[in-house]
Amino acid sequence: MEVTTTWYLVLAAVLFTIGAVGVLIRRNPLVLFMCVELMLNAVTLTFVAFNSALGGLGGQMAVFFALVVAAAEVVIGLAIIVAIARRQPTTAIDDFSGLKG
Amino acid sequence: MELAVFIICSAIVLSGALGVLIANNPVHAALFLVETLFGIAVLFILLDATFLAAVQVVVYAGAIVILFLFVIMLLGVDRADDLGIEPISGQRPLTIVIGSSILGLMLTTLLISVSGPTGTSTSVSEVSLGGTNTKNLGGTLFHDHLFAVELTALLLTVAIVGAIALARRLKGPLQPIPILETTNDERPSPEDNGDVE
Repeated sequence: MEVTTTWYLVLAAVLFTIGAVGVLIRRNPLVLFMCVELMLNAVTLTFVAFNSALGGLGGQMAVFFALVVAAAEVVIGLAIIVAIARRQPTTAIDDFSGLKG
Repeated sequence: MELAVFIICSAIVLSGALGVLIANNPVHAALFLVETLFGIAVLFILLDATFLAAVQVVVYAGAIVILFLFVIMLLGVDRADDLGIEPISGQRPLTIVIGSSILGLMLTTLLISVSGPTGTSTSVSEVSLGGTNTKNLGGTLFHDHLFAVELTALLLTVAIVGAIALARRLKGPLQPIPILETTNDERPSPEDNGDVE
């Protein structure tokens, strides 16, 4: 039995769903960020699978830039969490209502 | 052989992801995240993206997860996110509905609507480029996508400046935090959370 591109895409779909469910049910902001990372990884897996199926290097290029954006996003997000945690006793995501969102 | 590697890596990736989903302790969640990332790195090797596999391990497992662990240790791991209680009523059933809809939609698209990936293959296959994966990637990155690389450098600079500006401790009259005393009171045991100063 041969491993086709569809298998990778199905795996990425399941991984993306796990990440999305995690974002919806978890309340610790750090774990939320980890679930966002899961979703980003699912998408990069899709890119690489398509790159392998269609040839060229465009998919791997896209993964490069997605990686850089993910790193920047994590840095900013964690800095925001640290800044909020200095002012608030708890860091559950439901208490982050300073902007009345 | 390829099938065996794929199945084992899928099991590793999915178990790690489920671990992130259900781990109560954020440190355990971070370690499960490392498991998932390593599984994906092996899948990258299986897909002939060897350089990206190395980058995945170095950047994600080496930098991003370490950053997560630093922040977890900095904020303290005592706030256990108890998954047993549900603060917003109806959140869990709604999550199940939304999650299964997302999964169902994607699987329907993948397995029923089309058979395999559609789209035209590029004329430049990687084999015809010659050289290794890393060499080809470097050539494409710094030749065809040079402007995007420059923008990436700008983005990283802005991120560093923003992180420093956000996480910096303000000196002088702008010190805004009278709530911090309650923080110290609420911590269960302040002597063993590693505050060596």
